[in-house]
Amino acid sequence: MTRAGKAKLMTGLGRFYTVLVYIFLFLPISVIVVNSMNATTSKPYLSWKGFTLSWYAKLWSNTELLSSFGNTMIIAIVSTLVSTAIGTLAAVGLYRYRFRGKDLINGLLYIPVVIPEIVFGISLLSMFAKMSIPRGMFTLILAHISFSVPFVVFNVRACLTNYDISVEEASMDLGANRVKTFFNVTFPMLMPGITGGALLAFTLSIDDVIISYFVNGQTKTYPLKVMESIKSGVSPDVNALSTLILLGTILFVILTQTNVLKKLVRKK
Amino acid sequence: MKKSKHEWKSNGLPALVTVGPVAVILVFLVVLPLMYVAVMSFCSIDSYYNVVYKFTLRNYAQLADPDYIHIYLQSILIALLTTVICVLVAYPFAYLIARTKSRNKNLLYMLVIIPFWTNSLIRIYGWRTFLGTNGWLNNALIKLHMISEPLDMLFNRGTTVLGMVYCLIPFMVLPLYSSFEKLDVNLLEASADLGATKLKTLKEIIIPLTADGIFSGCIMIFIPCLGYFFVSDILGGGNADVIGNLIERQFQSGNNWPLGSALSIILIIITLLLVKAYQKIGGSMESLAL
Repeated sequence: MTRAGKAKLMTGLGRFYTVLVYIFLFLPISVIVVNSMNATTSKPYLSWKGFTLSWYAKLWSNTELLSSFGNTMIIAIVSTLVSTAIGTLAAVGLYRYRFRGKDLINGLLYIPVVIPEIVFGISLLSMFAKMSIPRGMFTLILAHISFSVPFVVFNVRACLTNYDISVEEASMDLGANRVKTFFNVTFPMLMPGITGGALLAFTLSIDDVIISYFVNGQTKTYPLKVMESIKSGVSPDVNALSTLILLGTILFVILTQTNVLKKLVRKK
Repeated sequence: MKKSKHEWKSNGLPALVTVGPVAVILVFLVVLPLMYVAVMSFCSIDSYYNVVYKFTLRNYAQLADPDYIHIYLQSILIALLTTVICVLVAYPFAYLIARTKSRNKNLLYMLVIIPFWTNSLIRIYGWRTFLGTNGWLNNALIKLHMISEPLDMLFNRGTTVLGMVYCLIPFMVLPLYSSFEKLDVNLLEASADLGATKLKTLKEIIIPLTADGIFSGCIMIFIPCLGYFFVSDILGGGNADVIGNLIERQFQSGNNWPLGSALSIILIIITLLLVKAYQKIGGSMESLAL
């Protein structure tokens, strides 16, 4: 075989392999999408009984499912906002100041990252039970903040390491105080790290199964509702909601990737 | 402490305001709960399954139960297989999408992440629907007359490993992707110019320069595998339990929290050992969280 022919074969093989991996990644997703349009009405909703879109209509009367999704969104939004604020402050403080216990805090931040989620979940459950804190929305939000905050800290810190400190000093020399300098100089420069950390925190929160499973009390999040429904067979309206969420995220990606969003913001 | 240029000495208000909140979270929601689990692992239970603070080593003695040991070994086997498969699948894949000259490079990257924005439970259930006796694959094979009876593919260690690989493979693809992106093309060309074969370039240059990504991926895959009880629940059907299943059972139906705590201590020890080994071979802790 010629050299060019060999190179062509290699790229061909490479492309084939990449496609195979993508098929693997999207196969269960296609099962979800197809089953959301399955006309079957009997448990466990597995055999194909024809095409229908009725589940997308029925979805809106399944209040339990909708409220679980609402809970997931509330928890994700609140915990992301809180952990982003706390994490950003901490990243700046840990970078900027020397104080006692700094190394300890740096070390402790790695625990939520590496510890198996189940251990984290049962430890929170045990402590909430011990302190008689009723489990529900509040404990879910606390738990989500605690596992996402280190990811915000690390993302913001990665931004800080290649950042020029003299700009801040210039700001202070020109008479701005620390608070003003933080909001007008430091904050804008850290924006990529902050948004990256926030996005990660949000993603971790909406998909969390294990930790939420232990600290939820009676407040069901969307993943916990899915877990419940798996026992009797996942009904097509759950698939329909998942499909809608997937479409929503794809739309979000397209908007951010193509900069449509940025243009829209700029116009306003 | 080493003094660097960007650090201002402060024991006062600014440090407290910025780092205080995170310190409170770490102490009350991470350190104290874990310490409480450690304490509980030495406690007894009364006949109503309440935790009693009476020192005992019985929970730890119970950990040596042959049924449990079987599950620890099975769990480690599943985690090991998952990690190895993830490296083998993700390495060429990450290389191909990170070094593609295609205009759609960003899209290819996003296509790796998008599936993981759909709830992981329902995706794992999707595999069950696909592989079940009445599932898509069996139906297709029967229609194609390749088999006459549906194959019994579900509920074993193999399907559990499949589910684990599926859930955790982004933790290998994403760090490798950024390692490959940083890889300097000049080095590869220099290696070829100096007469190295492709295999030698791979062994001497590409793999050492991407080792960081491999190691951090391995840590972020192996450890969760030991705890992901829902994957083995849905795809293993009780035939491929991991340590996570044992712990979950003690905190739910079994209602023996001290025993569950002792089981959790095993997981904590395994985690610490692996992280120590990771640091020893030069892995950076920071890269685990990015």
